[in-house]
Order: sequence, then C-alpha cells, then structure tokens
Amino acid sequence: MKLTKTLLATTALTVAAGTAVTAQDMADSMTLVSWGGAYQASQVKAYAEPYLAANPGVTITWDESSAEAVAKLRAMNEAGNVTWDLVDAVASDSMRLCDEGLAMELDHDEVLAAAPDGTSASDDFGDLLVSDCFVPQIVYSTTFGYRTDLVPEGVEPPSSICDVFDLAKYPGKRALQKRPIDNLEWALYCDGVAKDDIYPTLGTDAGVNQALAKLGTIKDQVVWWSAGAETPQLLADGEVFMGSTYNGRLFSAIAEQNQPIAMMWDMQSFDLDGWIVPAGLPADRKARVMDFLKFATDTQRLADQAAYISYGPARDSSASLVGKHADLGIDMAPHMPTDPANAGNVHIYDYEWWADNRDDLNAKFQAWLAQ
Amino acid sequence: MSDTTHTGPVLAADGTPLKRSLRRALRAQKLRALALIAPLLIFVLLTFIAPIADMLFRSVENQIVGRTLPMTVEELRDWDGEGTPADSVYRALYFDLFLAAEGKEHTKLGSRLNYEESGISSMFRTTGRDVDNIGKVYQKAIEKVNPAFGEGAFWYDMMSGGQGAEGNGTLLSNQIGRLEGLESKTFTGDIGFVPGAEIYKILPNATRAYTAFAAFTVFMDEDVVAEEDPWEAVYPALLLDLREPATTAALAGYQGPGAQELRDLAAQADTLPPVDLKAALVESNEDWLRTEYWEVIKTYSPPYTTGYFLNAIDMEKTTDGIALRADDERIYGILFKRTMFMSMVITFSCIALGYPVAWIMSNLPARSANLLMILVLLPFWTSLLVRTSAWKIMLQQQGVINDVLVWLGLVADESRLVMINNQFGTIVAMTHILLPFMILPMYSVMQTIPQTYLRAAKSLGANNWTAFWRVYFPQSVPGIGAGSILVFILAIGYYITPEIVGGTTGTFISNRIAYHISTSLNWGLGAALGSILLAVVMVLYYAYDKIVGIDNVKLG
Repeated sequence: MKLTKTLLATTALTVAAGTAVTAQDMADSMTLVSWGGAYQASQVKAYAEPYLAANPGVTITWDESSAEAVAKLRAMNEAGNVTWDLVDAVASDSMRLCDEGLAMELDHDEVLAAAPDGTSASDDFGDLLVSDCFVPQIVYSTTFGYRTDLVPEGVEPPSSICDVFDLAKYPGKRALQKRPIDNLEWALYCDGVAKDDIYPTLGTDAGVNQALAKLGTIKDQVVWWSAGAETPQLLADGEVFMGSTYNGRLFSAIAEQNQPIAMMWDMQSFDLDGWIVPAGLPADRKARVMDFLKFATDTQRLADQAAYISYGPARDSSASLVGKHADLGIDMAPHMPTDPANAGNVHIYDYEWWADNRDDLNAKFQAWLAQ
Repeated sequence: MSDTTHTGPVLAADGTPLKRSLRRALRAQKLRALALIAPLLIFVLLTFIAPIADMLFRSVENQIVGRTLPMTVEELRDWDGEGTPADSVYRALYFDLFLAAEGKEHTKLGSRLNYEESGISSMFRTTGRDVDNIGKVYQKAIEKVNPAFGEGAFWYDMMSGGQGAEGNGTLLSNQIGRLEGLESKTFTGDIGFVPGAEIYKILPNATRAYTAFAAFTVFMDEDVVAEEDPWEAVYPALLLDLREPATTAALAGYQGPGAQELRDLAAQADTLPPVDLKAALVESNEDWLRTEYWEVIKTYSPPYTTGYFLNAIDMEKTTDGIALRADDERIYGILFKRTMFMSMVITFSCIALGYPVAWIMSNLPARSANLLMILVLLPFWTSLLVRTSAWKIMLQQQGVINDVLVWLGLVADESRLVMINNQFGTIVAMTHILLPFMILPMYSVMQTIPQTYLRAAKSLGANNWTAFWRVYFPQSVPGIGAGSILVFILAIGYYITPEIVGGTTGTFISNRIAYHISTSLNWGLGAALGSILLAVVMVLYYAYDKIVGIDNVKLG
C-alpha cells in the first residue's frame, strides 16, 4: 500500500509539473464563436485586431454559430471533441451552458483585468455577472422602433410601451419576437400590473392568462419574428408600424441606412451578451484563450467596441471612455441603451425566474399562438 | 464418354464435389460484390443509421435521475406520494446531492426535471451551492471538540482501518461505480485507499461518505487521498453514525486507529448540533417540501421512461397514471394534424400544377422540351433561402403582388391582402419549391408513353377526354405516385420555409423539433417527436404500398 501511495504521489507530481510546463506554451490558434454581422465585425475591430497586433503568429478563426451555440456545444461535448475556444452567448444561454456543465466556471477576479483605478473585475462588472461561467461584454436591449411617417396625423409619436397595445391610437401592424420572454411582461405592465409584481403575477396561471389575454387584443396585428434582422426589414418595407428588436439593429437602420424610423425606449428590456469558455479545453488552448479573454474584456477594449456598434459596455469603468462612431463620427453615448435619457423606465428581465419557467411558459405561449 | 454408371456426387476436375466447388466460387463473387458496396454501406451505417438510432434511443432514455440520486431513488421507493417523504429520503438526498454538486452534475438533473415541472431547476441550482455550508456546520463543531478530525491523514488511517486491516472491496467498487454512473465514464486503477471492513460496520455512513470522497479525489481531482482533508459531507455522516445508540457499544470494543478519539467524540455527541438534514435542505430552498416536485422525482426515477412520448402527444405522467395535458398546453396534436394536412394540400397542388407541365414537355420536340426543362430546373438550382425570401417580397402586404393589385384597382389600398405569415404563404412557397420533385418523375414516365396509343384510341372512336382519361392517364399514374411520395415526404419534414413564411398558423411540427433540439435542449422530447414523425411516414408508405403498390412507382 505504501508503494502504491508513493507511486501515486509521484504520478500526481509529474502530472502537475507537466501542466505547469505546457501552461507556458499557449496554442497559437483559436476559434471564436459569435453572431456574425455588424456585431462580430465590432468584436474583430475592437478585440481581435489589437490582440493579433500584440501577438503576431496567433491566428483567430471566427465561427458564426452563436445562435445554435448551446446545442452545438452539447453535441461537441458528447462527442468528446470541442473545437471552439471562446463562445459569445447571451446571459440566459450562458446560465444554461453552466448548468449543463458545458461552460467552465471562472473566478472573475483572477482571470479578468481590474479597472484602471484598481477596482476589482467583480466590482467593475457588478450585478452583470449573472453566472459563474459568464463574462459580460455588452448591455443591449430589446426595444421598439416605429415608422415616423406612419404616425397618424395630429397624434404625437408613441412614447410609452402601452402604445404598442393601443390599436385605436396607432393603427398598423406590430412586430414582436416569437417567444414569451419580454412580451408577457410588457403585456402585464400595460394591463395595470405594477413593475415589481410582474414576476409574481406571471408565476400564477391566472397571471399567464391575463398576459396572454392582453396580447390577444393585438394578436391579429402582430407579425412574429425569430431573427433580429426581421424587424428593421419589416419597418423599412412599411410592413409594420412598430416592432421590437435589438437596439443596435435599429441604430444601424436609423443612423447608417437613414430609414424613417425612430426609437422608443420606454420599458426597454435589458439583456447581456458575453463570453463563455467551453469546459474541458486542453491546457495550451485554455492558456491562450484566457490570455485573450483578459485582454478583450478590459476597460479600454469594451469601450472601443462601442465605437462600432450601439451597445453599452458591461464595465462601469468603460462608460466614460465611450466616444464617437468610428465611421459616422456621431457621438455614441446618446444611442446607448444605458444612457440616462434612454434608461428612464426599463424592464429588468429576471434570468433565474425565466430559467425555471421558460419550458412551461413556452409551451403555453406556443399553444396560444397555434390556436 | 463418361462413365454413366457412376451414381455419386458430380465431381469437379480437382476431385471436390461440383456443388461445393460452385458454392466456393459463388462465395468469392459475393464477397467481392460486398467489398464493392462496403464503402457506401459503412458510410450509411456510420453517418445515417447510427445517429438516427442514437437519437431514437434518447426518446426513452432517462438514466440521469437514477445515476445522480441513486440513494434517494432507493429510499423514495417506499414513499406513498402523500405529503413529504421521510427524513431518510432527505438524508440520502443530501449525500447524493453533495457528490453531484462536487461533480457539477446536479444542475443537469435540475434542467432535466424542469422539463416536467417548472421550478425544479433553480431548486437544484440553489441547494447545490449550499451543500458545502450545510456540512461545514458539523465540521466546525466536531473540529472544536477535537482538531484531529480536521486532518486528512487522521481520517485516512481511521477509515482504512490502519495498515494490514481487512478491507471492504464491495463498498469501494460500489462508490467507484456510483461515480462512474454520475460522470458517465469508466475509471480504472487503484485509488490507494480501501475502506476498513470493521470501521464500516461501526460507522457505515461516514465510511461510505469518505469512500465517495476518496474515489472523487483520485479520479476527478487527480489528488492523493491520504494527503487531502475530507470534504464536508463526512462530518454530518459521522455525527449520524455516532447518534445511533448501537455505535457507542460497538466503539467500546474497537481497537483500530482513531478508536479513542471516536469514543471521546461519541461521549460528547449530545453537545453537538443535531443532524437535521431535512431542515437544512428546506432552509436552503423551501421547495424541497413541495409534494409535486417529489412526485416528479419519483415518477421519473426509472432508467427508461415513456414520458417524452407522452409529452409528444400532449399527455403527461402523474402519480395517478397518464393524463391529458391542460387545454392551454396542448400543441403537438394540432401541429401533427396541421403538418399532415398541409403536406397533402402541397402534394395535390404540385400534382395539379406539375401534370400539365410534364405533359407539354413530353409532347414537345426534344429541343423545346430541353428549354422547358431548364426553366423547371433553374429554380431547383437556386438556394432554398433565396427562393423563400423571394416569396416574402412577392406576397407581403407592401409586396409586388399587392402593389400590382392596388395599381390595377382590384384591391383597395387600406385592405391589402394578407398572403404571408399564414398557411397560404407556406403552401404557396412550398408548392413552388417542391414542384420540380413532382415534374421530373412525371416527365420521365410520360416520355415512355408512346403518342401512338392516343392516336389509336381516337381512331377507334374515343373523344379527346376519353382517350386521355382511359388510355393516357392510367399509364402516367406511376409518375404521379413517385412524385407524390417524394413531395409528401419532403414536405412533412420541411423546416426553414414554414419558419420564414409560416407565421403562427403555417408552422410545422419540424419547427418545434428544431426548437427542442437547439433552444430548449430537451433532446428527449425532440427525439420522441421525430420518432413519431418517422413512424407516421412509414405507416403512410405502407398504406401507399397496399393501395397503389410500390412496384407501380417509376422514376423513369
């Protein structure tokens, strides 16, 4: 028995020494997964290009699979061959990946850079660290845009979320996302439920029926979307009068494509997007990706990203560094969902609550849609 | 000439019976033929049959509950479904959950059970965070009495029974097996620890908890057992053992390592906090008192379940048996019926539109027929997404068709037609997309029907209609059959077109399957829905074979 112990101890030592050596050796390529489009382009410009300039010899491959990241990571994990090194995911997906053991748990203060004034990473990100596996990058919001030229004459433009439900005042179709999240909360809010009571109400069958009944008042006039690009398109074609989508999509339709669209920020629903590291990476790849992660989520890099897309940086310390749009030269701060002028009345979406109730409410929502 | 009186078997030139020699020659040929198709066979097996079989298996597989909570499931067997389970269930749950939380497997189980009942996922997640702290209370109390109980080496000696003591191999392999089940891996090799047989008799809970710790330390953390301080779960386990009245008596005669310390601790056991793991779990999350949640755990504890299939047909398992889901949660029945109905409408539209085209093509001179053929194939070569999006532009309210109708004055500007995001849009777009699959088989069958038959019919006195209906049409039925099978089976599994143009009333069952595979991660339910779809297609194929006869289907 003693011999075994010694043998085991030696093996353990060799293993430990082995990992220590390879940790110095970082892999020289990595695969990053993101959403494609303007958002991924902003990441390339703000994170990847400066990182590659500082680390010549490293190659980065981009994969535009974030929309199916959860399912693909699970399949890769079951096959025992995870080819991704860093995955961009929304907060709710990152919680699920963490729950499924597919994402690595991180000690945020250890792996992330502190703010320039020395504030620790966990304080700098604050409440946005919604999961142990998640490193937030941006705060985005799902909010409404409307056609300025389709506002009825003599009526002031819509300014409240409840105008979405007011077909008499603002006739025309609405585009809403084909999922219960946000829609049910907005419906309850406009049906007179106080903001703090929204989730307790939704937790009851009566509350769900109340929300669906309120949505039912506009059901005939709703075009349901599943990809974020659909609403700007529907607005541009004049198919809908107003519609919800991610604020960055509306920004690019308004500021970059000069469409007759305006934002309506009331009760915008904040959400987060960030990185997760897949569980079980080999030591060299993990070392490389951790190095990149630390670089790409520091205060300056997060602020830089805001020059390319109108999403708010997730760090407190980045907010003051947000400047002008890289091509258009307009001030970006007023277009951020977190700007005080826009964030007067916001809806904070409860991740934990939805993680519990998503399956059930989705079934009810889909059954309601199909009726 | 040969000897005709010979009556034995016919022999080949080398003297072996001709029959055997022939068989050998044929076998070689068969093997060669098999070798030729082997690449395709292996390819199909590996990339098609095996994944489908694996997916179908998931529709009944449910081992996660029994593997994550083995002791709890065992204890729960005696629960009658009334109120809350006995304290022993909560005790088993604590130790199961502790190991699962160390391996980060408890949240997987939470997600799995959350498919059946909302709220279970957070119950597992929050309690998984607290299991360490629950054990720490007892650890601190015991270490306060005797700090030796905080040392890894002391525990190692005590639990192994010292050098040369008789070990309990069954307990060890049980605990390794439990870890293997939890992690779905196989572990081999010596862990450098064998629990002592004698100490296990005296302190069963503590020895079991420590053995689990030992296996986890070696296989998961890759550390050495003797050097590691035990984890928190062994302390409540030890206290549970010491509280047993028989333990004091058994300890009195015990001579192994740590005997004196254990006797001292047992003497003071009453001053230590009571081990109420039920209260501790409930304090962590009071949902552990909810009867519905325990019912779900009990209902889904067997390794295989019909639950996914029941969900897929809008039913659910309850402790009282199988019941139909509430009205507002029934969706799959509607979707299956809608998928069938719309696929049939699409198939008939394809026949109606495709038949004249195939007829014209087969009756035109080769040159013009080829031009028409290119027109048929051109959309076929265009990306599916492009064609679907094009229909969106055509059909939407501010789209091409509505604009033309308004310009012509056929439709008022305020009442433009709604032709997209509903069943109509899906049927139009899918008919267009699937039309080549109907025209091509029809065309190749019609090409083989000689023109002279029609002329002969007419010269025998048939009018145009009779000649077509009695002579031409029956001969073209095999083409219709082949086209219909192709179009119907393709339509029934269509996903992307209904997703884009289907709105809420034009989506198919495949859209829900995609949702469960990629968004909700409920692969079991997705697999069950897929299996049902596969079965439906096979039944329809069988019915088709019985009615039309599959031999009558020709692709050319």
